[in-house]
Amino acid sequence: MSSIAVSTTINDDDVEFLCQPDETLLDVLRNRLGLMGAKEGCGTGDCGACSTIMDGRVVCSCLVLGAEAQGKTIETIEGMANGSELHPLQTKFIEHAALQCGVCTPGFLMAAKALLDTNPNPTETEIRFWLAGNLCRCTGYDKIVRAVQDAAAEMRGEPA
Amino acid sequence: MRYERPDTINDATALLADAQAKSFILAGGTDLLVRMQSDEFAAELIVDIKSIPGMGDITQTDDGFVIGAAVPAAALSEHNALCAAWPGVVEAANLIGSTQIQGRCTMVGNLCNASPAADSVPALVAANARVRIAGPSGTREADVVDIPTGPGSTSLEKGEFVEAIVLPNADGKTGDAYLRFIPRTEMDIAVVGVGVTLTLNEDDTVASARIALGAVGPKVMLVEDAAAALVGNALTDAALEAMGAACSAAASPIDDKRGTVAFRKQVVGVLARRAAQTAYTRAGGK
Repeated sequence: MSSIAVSTTINDDDVEFLCQPDETLLDVLRNRLGLMGAKEGCGTGDCGACSTIMDGRVVCSCLVLGAEAQGKTIETIEGMANGSELHPLQTKFIEHAALQCGVCTPGFLMAAKALLDTNPNPTETEIRFWLAGNLCRCTGYDKIVRAVQDAAAEMRGEPA
Repeated sequence: MRYERPDTINDATALLADAQAKSFILAGGTDLLVRMQSDEFAAELIVDIKSIPGMGDITQTDDGFVIGAAVPAAALSEHNALCAAWPGVVEAANLIGSTQIQGRCTMVGNLCNASPAADSVPALVAANARVRIAGPSGTREADVVDIPTGPGSTSLEKGEFVEAIVLPNADGKTGDAYLRFIPRTEMDIAVVGVGVTLTLNEDDTVASARIALGAVGPKVMLVEDAAAALVGNALTDAALEAMGAACSAAASPIDDKRGTVAFRKQVVGVLARRAAQTAYTRAGGK
């Protein structure tokens, strides 16, 4: 199989890479670009640990070919903090102890960011449905949902 | 395996027609990429159609809503006119998978993957949707119901692919609904699915009905006996009962871990009655 040359934008940086035709975006991020934040949980789109944002929509990067990234705008967990300043979602996940082992956390953060980017004031039900494609096997969902609610309130400028 | 991303429909059909071995269309990829990870998967060619103009667009025309083959399900719910005209179709498509899947999965993929349990397909059949099929000898149209021929197989010929779904402009007092049964609250495969579209007369009697069943046979089925039980009547308990019974009689499900034959035959009647009531209300029936 011959390699495919891909030009894309990842976390506001122009990026070029070569990949195989059957190589997933997740494998490109992790194995070729050194962006190890997205995790491979299931590899079949069930667990959400590889969630990234592509052209504004949260997707499972295990279900995207690397070649499909051509001309796209991709956000990964590595671009979430602004230098050493954490995103409010990251801060609130820490404050609420919304993570234990951390494997699901990058996916949850990217999915939650995509939600708050389009809906700054989601209801608890909307948060739970939106995050239903992200599986956590140790922390439990309640702390995660509280962290997202708290981050959303802070981002709306409401007093804690 | 080769990956190709043609810019025109003609280039895409030529690639598919020339392929010697198995080839696949890539739009949302939520089924295809899962299959690609299996050891048995073998393909000569993947044709990504998303660079072809129109594939990602929803266009309202005199023929109805033309929904390109690469429109993700999430985009359907963002289209106000489509949601107003065909809420049942949009709801059915939005039942597929998680937020992440919704950002990629397409109704054409749901149709051409040809699972008997595909959620959007009964809703599309009930809505009398058609598909535009591109092929080496030009474009043809077909009814959605005629695309799947059984689990995993379609009536598409070599070199052909579905370029768009055409949902008619809903005329007069028309409403649609889709309901499915799953053992969880979301993100599961339909055990039974029912799509209903009703058009009403001025006096709120049913002028026409289309009732389509999913997951209770090898492919989606349009139940004419069920429609006949409603046409000409108000939506009385007796008419609904007869319609539901016709659905139960038409269903030919399998027994599996998700539901028995008896369970599915009963539930299909219940869901058909409920979906008909929702479609009736949406059509403006009182």
